[in-house]
Amino acid sequence: MTVRERLREKISAAFYRHGLLCASYPVPIILFTSASILACCYPLLRLPLPGTGPVEFTTRVRDYTVPSHEPQGDLGEQPDWYRGPPVAYIQPVLVKAAVSPWDSTLVPVDVFRSPLGRVFSLLEEIRNHVHDDGSGIRSLEALCLQVTDLLPGLRRMQRVLPEHGCLLVSPGNYWQNQRELFDSDPDLLKTVHQHEPKGLHTSATLRDLLFGVPVKHTGVSLYSRKRVVTYTITMVLGSYDARFLSSLRARLRQLHPSVNCSLREDHMVHVHFKEEIGMAELIPLVTTYIILFAYIYFSTRKIDMVKSKWGLALAAVVTVLSSLLMSVGLCTLFGLTPTLNGGEIFPYLVVVIGLENVLVLTKSVVSTPVDLEVKLRIAQGLSNESWSIMKNMATELCIILIGYFTLVPAIQEFCLFAVVGLVSDFFLQMFFFTTVLSIDIRRMELADLNRRLPAEAGMPLPKPGPLRPREAPPPPRPSPHTITLQTPAFRNLRLPKRLRVVYFLARTRLAQRFIMVGTVIWIGILAYTDPAGLRTYLAAQVSEQSPLGDGGAGGLPPHLGVAPVFPGPGGDPVGTLSVLPAPAEPTPLPENQSQGHHGAPGEGVPLVPQISWGAEDEEGWRRLSFRHWPSLFSYYNITLAKRYISILPVIPITLHLSPREAIETRHPQDTRHPPPPSLKTNDLPADLTLYKVAALGLAAGVLLVLLLFCLYRVLCSRNYGQNGVAHGRRRRGDLPCDDYGYSPPISEISPLLLCGHSMDIECLASDGMLLASCCLAGQIRVWDTQTGDCLTVIPKHGLRRSSSSGCWEQRDGWDAVGVAEPENLGGGTEPGGGVFDEGEGYPLRRRTTPRPALFENQPDLTPLIDTNFDSQPPSHLLLTPPRDGFDFGGLVEKAYLEHEPPSPGLTASYPSPLSGPPPQRRRSLGYIQPPAPQGQETPDWESAVWAMELRGNLIAAGRSNGKLELWDAVEGSLRCSNEDGVSGITALAFLNNRIVAARLDGSLDFFTVDINKPLGLLQYRGPPGRSNMPPSPCYSSEDVISCQLTRSVQCAHQKPITVLRAAAGRVVTGSQDHTVRVYRLEDSCCLFTLQGHSGGITAIYIDQTMVLASGGQDGAICLWDVLTGSRVSHVYGHRGDVTSLVCTTSCVISSGLDDLICIWDRSTGIKLYSIQQEVGCGASLGVISESLLVTGGQGCVSFWDLNFGDLLQTVYLGQSSDGQGVRQLVVLNNAAIVCDFGSELSLVYVPSVLEKLD
Amino acid sequence: QSTVRSGSGQTDPSRGPYIAVITNRSTTLVIRGFMLFSIGVFLALVLNLLQVQRNVTLFPPDVISSIFSSAWWVPPCCGTASAIIGLLYPCIDCRLGEPHKFKREWSSVMRCVAVFVGINHASAKVDFANNVQLSLTLAALSIGLWWTFDRSRSGFGLGVVIALLATLSTQLLVYNGVFQYTSPDFLYIRSWLPCIFFAGVITMGNIGRQLALYECKLMSEKTHQD
Repeated sequence: MTVRERLREKISAAFYRHGLLCASYPVPIILFTSASILACCYPLLRLPLPGTGPVEFTTRVRDYTVPSHEPQGDLGEQPDWYRGPPVAYIQPVLVKAAVSPWDSTLVPVDVFRSPLGRVFSLLEEIRNHVHDDGSGIRSLEALCLQVTDLLPGLRRMQRVLPEHGCLLVSPGNYWQNQRELFDSDPDLLKTVHQHEPKGLHTSATLRDLLFGVPVKHTGVSLYSRKRVVTYTITMVLGSYDARFLSSLRARLRQLHPSVNCSLREDHMVHVHFKEEIGMAELIPLVTTYIILFAYIYFSTRKIDMVKSKWGLALAAVVTVLSSLLMSVGLCTLFGLTPTLNGGEIFPYLVVVIGLENVLVLTKSVVSTPVDLEVKLRIAQGLSNESWSIMKNMATELCIILIGYFTLVPAIQEFCLFAVVGLVSDFFLQMFFFTTVLSIDIRRMELADLNRRLPAEAGMPLPKPGPLRPREAPPPPRPSPHTITLQTPAFRNLRLPKRLRVVYFLARTRLAQRFIMVGTVIWIGILAYTDPAGLRTYLAAQVSEQSPLGDGGAGGLPPHLGVAPVFPGPGGDPVGTLSVLPAPAEPTPLPENQSQGHHGAPGEGVPLVPQISWGAEDEEGWRRLSFRHWPSLFSYYNITLAKRYISILPVIPITLHLSPREAIETRHPQDTRHPPPPSLKTNDLPADLTLYKVAALGLAAGVLLVLLLFCLYRVLCSRNYGQNGVAHGRRRRGDLPCDDYGYSPPISEISPLLLCGHSMDIECLASDGMLLASCCLAGQIRVWDTQTGDCLTVIPKHGLRRSSSSGCWEQRDGWDAVGVAEPENLGGGTEPGGGVFDEGEGYPLRRRTTPRPALFENQPDLTPLIDTNFDSQPPSHLLLTPPRDGFDFGGLVEKAYLEHEPPSPGLTASYPSPLSGPPPQRRRSLGYIQPPAPQGQETPDWESAVWAMELRGNLIAAGRSNGKLELWDAVEGSLRCSNEDGVSGITALAFLNNRIVAARLDGSLDFFTVDINKPLGLLQYRGPPGRSNMPPSPCYSSEDVISCQLTRSVQCAHQKPITVLRAAAGRVVTGSQDHTVRVYRLEDSCCLFTLQGHSGGITAIYIDQTMVLASGGQDGAICLWDVLTGSRVSHVYGHRGDVTSLVCTTSCVISSGLDDLICIWDRSTGIKLYSIQQEVGCGASLGVISESLLVTGGQGCVSFWDLNFGDLLQTVYLGQSSDGQGVRQLVVLNNAAIVCDFGSELSLVYVPSVLEKLD
Repeated sequence: QSTVRSGSGQTDPSRGPYIAVITNRSTTLVIRGFMLFSIGVFLALVLNLLQVQRNVTLFPPDVISSIFSSAWWVPPCCGTASAIIGLLYPCIDCRLGEPHKFKREWSSVMRCVAVFVGINHASAKVDFANNVQLSLTLAALSIGLWWTFDRSRSGFGLGVVIALLATLSTQLLVYNGVFQYTSPDFLYIRSWLPCIFFAGVITMGNIGRQLALYECKLMSEKTHQD
């Protein structure tokens, strides 16, 4: 044995043990895993929330030094980005200028022309400032940030923004910093405005950049009321020199003293910018995410053969995601701070880690033998795949290790994350996913058992010892750790209570609501804290309110000193609410609120525009867009993302210009400007923008909704399942068909139970008003469908009729005998007799040697006997000689009941023209009546009712001895009977006054019912024909009803007739011989023989519109044109037999043995979608209206919306759910449904549905 | 089979018109080609954006328009090339008689595309010390891509040949001044281009094969039905 093999075996053993562990203790393991995930993700709490707002940090100017690159432990309050020198130092010089005193001779342009003109001299001053101390001469040229070219795409800004030199921005840039250009500019506003981008622009515009204050605060406007012009000269410095700056500050202050300025100058603010995600960067990111989701989708699509596909897919995704989170958390814990953009590398990490292992595990576990115990299956599946999993993991680790040695820091970091992610993913796979898988497999097994029970009914008892070779054959080599074991004990089928929690969550949508609330809160926080968001907006609003409220009082400062409501993070002490004293005119007069457009004071005194400095001027840059600085730098291809700039305290400059100066600098064209029309237009532009934004947003929202709606209509029309076979599939797995601990939705539908039959109900017939049912004991009951009252019992309770005479006799304990019969029978059977095969359509394992010992002391099994004869595939029966017995096996654990031909006499009483084919419909328990204990009855009367039809108040009953009887449904009297045939009647059709009976030997008899003396209820049945006396020997009445055999088609089919349907004047028969025949009802002439199936016909549907559908054992469904006999379409829909077929005007609904309900388009034959039913749900179907389908399940009926395949409601028929399936389902005219539910009938009215349909 | 069928002049009733169109062979070829073309155009646009980001870290508002307007013919060229490659791969598989069996699932194809985008991302965003390191890393990544998702000799050969040809033609274009990169460094471009081309060829081949497989499945279904 090589090392490799030994290693392999060791790994396999370890995985096997691990699988056992996981499957044995699922809950503790899941708890443990969740705890470890949470523990590993705990460090993530320290990471900031995603958001793009910049962060500030304030330091004092005095002892400022450039922070070092190394983190310093002692300064705890320093943020971790505050390291190394900033990108730049910003030195704003805030200029406020006004022409004072204001003269009425001045034109509006004078408000800003001369103040702006002063910028050139100021610039000159700043540029020429030289500081000279002992260490050397310093000028701005040496300190400032030197910039090179603008970006190539910005040619039109080239004339405005500086290039190849100092980054010094001021309004002078509009005129290339040349006074001459300024002076010769006829329209300053136009020059300023021509650089503005067209349309809406939310980020920093050029005007913002050059003026350095928001547009509405500049005062450069013809309609300015305050007549104070504010602008900023922004110096961007590459290095910090405190002495130069202070000398510059002193110089400027000396030249232009600001009288009442009390701005603080001792704080500098560092602003750190986060990663900014632009549109262009978002596109590749979005692409990678789309690819990632496609990958996840395609991967999880492969999960199959499990109970809840979506649950497992979710578990797989959770596994991968939480392993990534764990990896990041662990890395953070051990001091490795992620420098990579998490969002960017995340998809690649997911792809590297992959979902493959999870899928491989699922596949392997699913492919283990189904009948093993769950934990052994898990263990085996794990150990089968252990080697490949380990190999893959080792390979991936190797690759990542190689990547680690590329020595590129980014790749190294990625590899580190990937390694930790891989390991934690492995951990989660092994613990979390395996456990989830085991839970899922267990659930599936429980559901599987339900289905398998009837299937294995006919199976022999497993022989002691290992029955089948159970070693799973894994492709490489069988694992040594597969264990063969006994058939697992049938467990209690109740599902665990934990599902109650899940259903509770699902019902109340708790999780969804939590997520929604969380999202709303998060968005709110973001919107509030975002610099461009609510906070600044509120602050601006507050600060704006005051000057507006005080009108043109003029004496007030331009912005009343309401500081930003929320002081910056630096905790600026001045930044609190402090109203500055208005120095010159401290008390504004309220009556001064003039509406004059010049804002002239009421006294007529020439107004002196007041220049005042408030706290908001200290940090005027706060009022700018938070993209102001990034966009300024981005023009020069300098990114501020993840870096910071330091903003130095403002240098305030106050300029007072005389009116004379203003007039001197006036351009000749300036006077042509009209005086401002109205005060009201003042705030209009800003507000207009707001409205524009709102309107556009609203329009976009409406458009989006419309677009989505159109998309939905286009994509999700009824054709969504057109070409897909599997993707329209709906599982019904999550629906509580069983007692899942989940209370069904409160329904107004309550079933009405019709009790009275002592045994299982075999035949049902209804004509809308009345309902006739016949149980295995041969008792026919007639019910009123409106009230649910039992109208008639045939034969009457306690009455029995002597078969020879046909008279009623007293017979006690009929019902009791009926129930007790099986026990007697069991004991009285002769071993070795033929076994009648009752297996429900599965490959039969026939037992030829019965075990008489088991027949003693059998419980009453009658409710468990499955009598769903329609759904059985009789193909294999051809091999067996006809036998009159049956065997119920395995309905409960290891129990079966064998039934023997009751008496030789009975068998002999069958003249039995049939030599080959056995009975197709074996109403076997009908034999219960005749046998030994009661002995002497002739089977003539006591034979079972095999088929029943109800029209008007006539019940037509076909018996196993070939007798056709007509009963009065109301009176319970026998009207006539016909004994022309001897072979048992397997199917009846009653249409108008004709009865068609299909017999066991494949012949088809046509009867005519003639009424001599028409009764009220029978009048519509056409004119009375020949009056023949009823052949009934004993019964006579005035109502003369005769039933005459008009034609008998011998050998209508080669093999037994399985289905008989009549509608629209046609009789359609389907047979074992793969053909469907269509007869005309009037003359019993065979019109067509339809061939096309490759198996026996199991289901036929025909209705008044002459549509004919047939389904066969081959799973095929054919649609035929009854008029021409041509095949319209032919589709394969089921694995196994088609058990029932119903058509509506637009679609065909079929159900099969594979528990699938398929809905087909009737015209094209394309499958619209299919519904996966709970296993073991009956195959009964009914259509209430065009869009309402009803199906029977285990103890319940479900209503489905046919248009969308949605489950509308599930109605539980009883409290107990002992696996009693609904086997027959009859839809009545008044939309009530009668289902055969064991020995009881359930009447379900669907009033709500009717209302909805109307 | 159906003997009683009278009306036989209609279209095949067992299948709807949609299926009938799909199973037409030349139609599927066109559809496949178009799908591959659009995938190629899309990837070219996105990856071009990634490459531009290498030189322009932050986009001023005007840059996007210039990206899309500059070399307009590049995305269509990439689309055409990817359509050709995607059709060529299954064809060659068919000719050589060795059908590609390795990991034929859409999830694997998506993984391959993701890794390809990742390689581009790495070449665009990660700062390498020198060009040799960059090309070595990219080459290793590309070979790894081939080994993980393809593992066929024909795929490797075709990939190498097409990558060399494409690099050559690109260099010719650059020489003639038809096309130029944002970064003028000649060596830099030469170093990453072949690897990216190789990885792209492998990826497109993978997609093409998967699409062809889908078609094959449809065909076989059709014959099965007949």
